Amino acid sequence: MIDDINRLLIEQLQQGLPLVSRPYAEIGKKLNLSEAEVLKRLAKLKQLGVIKRLGVVVNHRRLGYKANAMVVFDVNDGLISQIGGHISQFDFVNLCYQRPRQGELWPYNLYCMIHGKNKKAVLKQLEYLIEMCGLRQCKNEVLFSKQCFKQRGALYQVSSKQQIVMSNG
Amino acid sequence: MFSSLDKQLLNDFQQDIPLSATPYQDIAESLGVTEDAILTAFKELQDQKFITRIGSVIAPNLIGVSALIAMSVPKNQLQHIATVINQYPEVNHNYERDNRFNLWFVLVANDSESLQAVMKDMEYQTGCKMLYLPLLEDYFINLGFEIDFND
Repeated sequence: MIDDINRLLIEQLQQGLPLVSRPYAEIGKKLNLSEAEVLKRLAKLKQLGVIKRLGVVVNHRRLGYKANAMVVFDVNDGLISQIGGHISQFDFVNLCYQRPRQGELWPYNLYCMIHGKNKKAVLKQLEYLIEMCGLRQCKNEVLFSKQCFKQRGALYQVSSKQQIVMSNG
Repeated sequence: MFSSLDKQLLNDFQQDIPLSATPYQDIAESLGVTEDAILTAFKELQDQKFITRIGSVIAPNLIGVSALIAMSVPKNQLQHIATVINQYPEVNHNYERDNRFNLWFVLVANDSESLQAVMKDMEYQTGCKMLYLPLLEDYFINLGFEIDFND
């Protein structure tokens, strides 16, 4: 599914689709592939779910979404898929993952990310989410981001020089 | 601040840039403008850093492995330890969050052995408690992020 050519192709794409009339031809030139071959491979990678999306990557902070909260819940293991699926449908949620609990220290198994223009807006959306998803009884913690020490859009090192952007860990 | 074209480009093309020979021409036709107008608008949005790029998001753990790590760092050492952590090339998204676990970052490596080795080294270098939180399931249906331009 991910042969070397596909890896190189993804690497190229991660640097951004060129802003020219025939961008896929331009990517192809660098890899010695025809435009048709590039399009065929990308369509396949997208169909297989390797490429989750191909499109405009917006800069939330720059667009006025200054508050960002990671919310963690302790939900019933048997219901987690259903709840996760439900949470994902709210347009203000932009990530939703299951991760393993860490005992008493960190008993949470469901994580979601909420972006908002300010903290108040985020908390209001969270309140709505808790109500709508029936999470009132679930223990939760809200972790607002403070300083950003590093942000390069989750890069994956594929070779010594180039990197791939992945969704959030 | 944004033209109606900018707003459409920001909100309506996060998911699917056409996989055709001339994607910008296709977008232009769907919006009733010229290809040139699309290219110029995208360039401007990118120069102004409103968009990071037009690119792809790759599903996690298909190429390489990744995990979220949380660290509990004494407040007065936070800046120093964040700098130490940032020096590892495997680190992304390193954020301070308001919690007893106050430093959160994503580690990405080629395989789980390398990932474990980096974690061990970090623990040794910092002496801080770490939580290893790999992704078990991704529930997110990626429909993009609707930007509200009303205020």
